[in-house]
Amino acid sequence: MKVNRRGFLKITGLVVAGIAIPPVFKSFARTEASTSLTTQSQSGTNLAMVIRLGICPDGCTDCIDACNKVHNIPDIDNTNHEIKWIWTEHYENVFPEQQSKYIDHSLVELPALVLCNHCDNPPCTQVCPVKATWKREDGIVMMDYHRCIGCRFCMAACPYGSRSFNWGDPRPFVKEPVDPNYPTRTKGVVEKCNFCEERLRDGLIPACVEACSYGALFFGNLEDKDSEVRKLVSTNYTIRRHSNQGTHPKVYYLI
Amino acid sequence: MFEKLLVGGRLYKAWILFLLVIIGAGVVCYLIQFFYGLGITGMSRDVSWGLYLANFTFFVGVAASAVMVVLPYYLHNYKAFGKLTTFGEFLAVSAVLMCILFVTLDLGQPTRILNIILHPSPSSILFWDVVVLSSYLVLNLIIAWHILNAHRHGEKPKPWAKWLILISIPVAISIHTVTAFIYSGLGARTFWLTALMAPRFLASAFASGPALLILLCLIMKRFAGFDPGKDAIRKLTQIVTYALIITVFFFVVEIFTVYYSQLPEHMVYFNYLLFGIDGHNALVPWMWTTIVFWIAAIALLLIPRTRNKEKILIVALVLVFIAMWIDKGMALMIPAFIPSPLGAITEYFPTAPEVFITLGIWGIGFLVLTVFYKLTLAVNEEVGDEDTAH
Repeated sequence: MKVNRRGFLKITGLVVAGIAIPPVFKSFARTEASTSLTTQSQSGTNLAMVIRLGICPDGCTDCIDACNKVHNIPDIDNTNHEIKWIWTEHYENVFPEQQSKYIDHSLVELPALVLCNHCDNPPCTQVCPVKATWKREDGIVMMDYHRCIGCRFCMAACPYGSRSFNWGDPRPFVKEPVDPNYPTRTKGVVEKCNFCEERLRDGLIPACVEACSYGALFFGNLEDKDSEVRKLVSTNYTIRRHSNQGTHPKVYYLI
Repeated sequence: MFEKLLVGGRLYKAWILFLLVIIGAGVVCYLIQFFYGLGITGMSRDVSWGLYLANFTFFVGVAASAVMVVLPYYLHNYKAFGKLTTFGEFLAVSAVLMCILFVTLDLGQPTRILNIILHPSPSSILFWDVVVLSSYLVLNLIIAWHILNAHRHGEKPKPWAKWLILISIPVAISIHTVTAFIYSGLGARTFWLTALMAPRFLASAFASGPALLILLCLIMKRFAGFDPGKDAIRKLTQIVTYALIITVFFFVVEIFTVYYSQLPEHMVYFNYLLFGIDGHNALVPWMWTTIVFWIAAIALLLIPRTRNKEKILIVALVLVFIAMWIDKGMALMIPAFIPSPLGAITEYFPTAPEVFITLGIWGIGFLVLTVFYKLTLAVNEEVGDEDTAH
């Protein structure tokens, strides 16, 4: 085989690239996949939440505060850059298909709690190009902050606006004291409610449910016939957000 | 061969310098974004995609220019495009390069981009878009480079090149289709939820890509003595004209379904785009500009008296290019987020750094394009007989 100068340079280039690429690749691709989390899941479990509408006293933010605290959620003034896991919205915006001009003003503006619905058929996990968000066997839709590349495809896919993106470094906005039991996030990743999976692991219930002293929030396993959530859902009229989307949300609203 | 890049007139050097300045400004702004985060852009919790992905989507369309010259030439033996295929392919290369830059610079954690390869997720359309875009880039780069070299040495292109060219045709269609699927597969964003999305992408791409290619040919004719041939320009103009008409037809079809059905979750976004909601009307002047440009361009391109005058043709093609940039850019991206799933109306305005980063990527695209075109022109000049290309 005859090798001229040009051919030699081409081959040398390819060889050098071949040697250089794997280490470069490795250094860029380092991730901390949380395999330990998936092993926690159990089949025969489908975790869900029930929210009783219209029971919250005016101005009560106990559940929201508890969530913000245990998850080190930054308090950012700029609404465009806010991080929200659980918060309130007007009834008319949470259930837009229920609108009618005859509904009283006070009901239209009734605050309703919203959070990630931990859908049975989540569109966010379907679109993630790196499997940074996935549904666990017990029904929790998880987020891996270390793998997320920040493409925000999941935010476009979520019909509920439940996902927040860190438009800057959130750490300066986390209120002291920082809770060492849950990681703070970095800029450029998406986050959302995780049904307090880190607390469930320790046998605790979600922080918001624990913090509510008015009986507005219930949490449990829908597959368990004796669970409170199963009883509430099976014997009461409940609604779910955008139920026509086929996402099968697991946050039920008692009316 | 590369030494040819250093030789050029005053205008050429000024152009390169201008591009380098634009790129420099973009790089500086990107460094700020890299260290601060995407918060320096106008994007928000509600409008989470913006100018970057708007430009990404548009340039996927521009990359189609190659297939619109390659297909008639290689499949139908339409000889007049012989001189243009290499230019079309290099335009595709530059456009796809810009697409990759736009997507990468839009990431919150760009250093983790290889996770897409390390954790491949076939259920994500973004994964497939990466696959088809990189395939299209590599294919066009190999094809154009090989044909340019063969031409330079007065040889016939190798048989494998023809096979790669044939493969590149369906891949070109796939980059538009898959990019459209990114949007049209989302049940949550009813503005995008239309089966017409992929056909609309293709139609507008076949207008904007060839329109830019004709403009580039006319520039090269004026400044570099390259003659693309009257027939080639005429045929490309026809392609632009009918692709433009089909684009407008698809738009009308979309509007009919949305407004006749009266489904609020479809109407509300078009209301925002076309009329504004409660005084929030950032996109309204843009969309009406597009509509006016579409109609004006169709008129100028259909009437023989106007389209045969080169100056008027240029105006018409510029109108097409701008209209498609708005339509397949901001007018496609932004209304999907307004109002938000929770009914909030958060408007989106790109910030200065965001605009500079975008211009920087345009600068890189044009620089790469200039380099390739300069080399191609130099080879043509060296060989002398342009008509024997391939």
